[in-house]
Amino acid sequence: MKPGGAGGARRTAPRDVAIVAFARSDHRGAAEGLSETEMLLPVLHAALEQAGLAPGEADFTCSGSSDYLAGRPFSFTQTLDGVGAWPPVAESHVEADGAWALFEAWVKILTGRADTALVYAHGKPSAGPLRDVLTRQLDPYYVAPLWPDSVSLAALQAQALIDAGHTDEEALAVLARRGGDDAPAGEYVVRPLRAGDCPAVTDGAAAVVLAAADTARRMCARPAWIRGIDHRIEAQALGLRDLTDSPSTRLAAERAGAFRAPVDTAELHAPFTSQEVVLRRALRLDDTVAVNPSGGAHAADPVMATGLIRLGEAAARIHRGASDRALAHATSGPCLQHNLVAVLEGETEGETKGEAR
Amino acid sequence: MPEILTAPLTVSFPFTRSLGPVQSAFLTGLRERTVLGVRTRDGRILVPPVEYDPVTAEEIRDLAEVAPTGTVTTWAWNPAPRPGQPLRTPFAWVLVRLDGADTALLHVLDAPGPHAVRTGMRVRIRWAPERTGAITDIGCFEPYDPHEDDGGDGGDGGDGPRTPAPHHGTFDDPVTGIVAPARLDYTYTPGRAQSRHLAALAGRRITGERCPSCSKVHVPPRGACPTCGVAATEQVEVGPRGTVTTFCIVNIKAKGAGIEVPYVYAHIALDGADLALHGRIGGIPYDEVRMGLRVEPVWTADGRHPDHYRPTGEPDAAYDTYKELL
Repeated sequence: MKPGGAGGARRTAPRDVAIVAFARSDHRGAAEGLSETEMLLPVLHAALEQAGLAPGEADFTCSGSSDYLAGRPFSFTQTLDGVGAWPPVAESHVEADGAWALFEAWVKILTGRADTALVYAHGKPSAGPLRDVLTRQLDPYYVAPLWPDSVSLAALQAQALIDAGHTDEEALAVLARRGGDDAPAGEYVVRPLRAGDCPAVTDGAAAVVLAAADTARRMCARPAWIRGIDHRIEAQALGLRDLTDSPSTRLAAERAGAFRAPVDTAELHAPFTSQEVVLRRALRLDDTVAVNPSGGAHAADPVMATGLIRLGEAAARIHRGASDRALAHATSGPCLQHNLVAVLEGETEGETKGEAR
Repeated sequence: MPEILTAPLTVSFPFTRSLGPVQSAFLTGLRERTVLGVRTRDGRILVPPVEYDPVTAEEIRDLAEVAPTGTVTTWAWNPAPRPGQPLRTPFAWVLVRLDGADTALLHVLDAPGPHAVRTGMRVRIRWAPERTGAITDIGCFEPYDPHEDDGGDGGDGGDGPRTPAPHHGTFDDPVTGIVAPARLDYTYTPGRAQSRHLAALAGRRITGERCPSCSKVHVPPRGACPTCGVAATEQVEVGPRGTVTTFCIVNIKAKGAGIEVPYVYAHIALDGADLALHGRIGGIPYDEVRMGLRVEPVWTADGRHPDHYRPTGEPDAAYDTYKELL
């Protein structure tokens, strides 16, 4: 179905929407010599192929990226070369992590304006000084003139957590080593955060395909149905926030229905180990939940694609039958300022269409 | 495979921002060594002050002066200051709740080392010697012990009110805007396709890439066919001759350009290419350039691109041969 095809038919009930395909790049560090488009193309094709779509065939295309990473205005327009954008396709872009592009595409499908959507995200943080680049998203009057870099702000949050008794440097080291011992994980970058507490920043790209109802069932043996998504933001001023908690994550999770039933998997967008501590508490995740089986944002942080990858990894786990109900989280802004939570489910044996809700 | 090209790319801009009434009072106050907060409906004092209540979104305007002394609520030790940060020597980032305020302000603390910093420690503002009405008018914070003889260069550590005092917020010559310069240094990578194209240009060959799906040759190549959305990898040499498909006459001299006006800037479909590229037309009076004119590139000794294109002297191309490329 092409855009507009379903526009006349006002739907009275929300439609079931699922993630049916997911692909990501596996760069470690800089994607040497590749343009954004060249980095993105194999990922787009892998996702489209899984869904059985040709380039340009999705009803809607939505991407997430940031000109500040590339250092060039309208840098995302070049990547449209990779999606088969001529004749013109219905397309949109968010200057944010691709998780928010997925949100827009989900709304588009819910409202009946599309049956399928290609969502992608890309970032080449290797192009610039990321820690400084990210200061440009801060309050331009009181904060940005001090150039507080992203690691420093995360370190302020980590110290607040330590002072509150929610963690300590040994516990962070265990997270840094992903279950290893509690020996210090490298030198301090900004105390109390050590090198091992910081994300492995890398260039990278990711793509997912969303589809509605029966289309999703045709494209995927076990679609990852989106049971809810919500995103909430906190005040801009760091001093107005309780950095030891994430009320926006908790509220988004409530609105997405995350607390209605236990999840077996959680993919958390926590670039810093200390932020995983905040999110586990806000989302009430206990040891029964597989947290970040993909390695999480800490293991690979292709900035602007990292959040979308959390949704994709959670969905892929459902696709292959390793999860029945998963939570995916994405974040934006300093110290977990803006948070998105999605709940994904696979249909279990015996469930049929319409009974899954 | 030719060398992958990269180039430095500097983005530098002075953002000029206007201030709301609360921001203006706060930043002007800093210039006058007075710290102002704003009172919310529920009686909290927010420092730094905002224009709208963060909970109710209502406009808030009641200002109050707080002390230049306060308490560290969290901190982080930065052993390697980065460009633009307030101190050049290792320092602590701090959130400080000034005495009388209910919220904390982000700034830096000048301390001899992390051993000298802790949450809950008392600090005071060290004012910058030159103040303009900016957050950097607070040079930094410094440790403050009220029992010590007050000989520090902060001078007035304990002078502010212990409890927030209502303040009119009006000053002579108020600051109404700030200029926030920003500079970021990037490394631009054009990618494999453009690197190959530029390497060929260095040998005075113009190359494009053929789409494996629609067979069109795109010049300059970008690694993907924008119509088909697939990777285009087959190298194709095009030109050097081509046809002017359309053009314009430039009458305004570009700043810094050494070209006399009027001159002609044209779309040129090189022979074998399915996409026209841009170039200047020379070697012919500007008012004699026409659609269909056959041209060839003119290279200069030091240029990586053709300097301009000139007429070949061939008969004009028929419209049907280039109408799809307009």
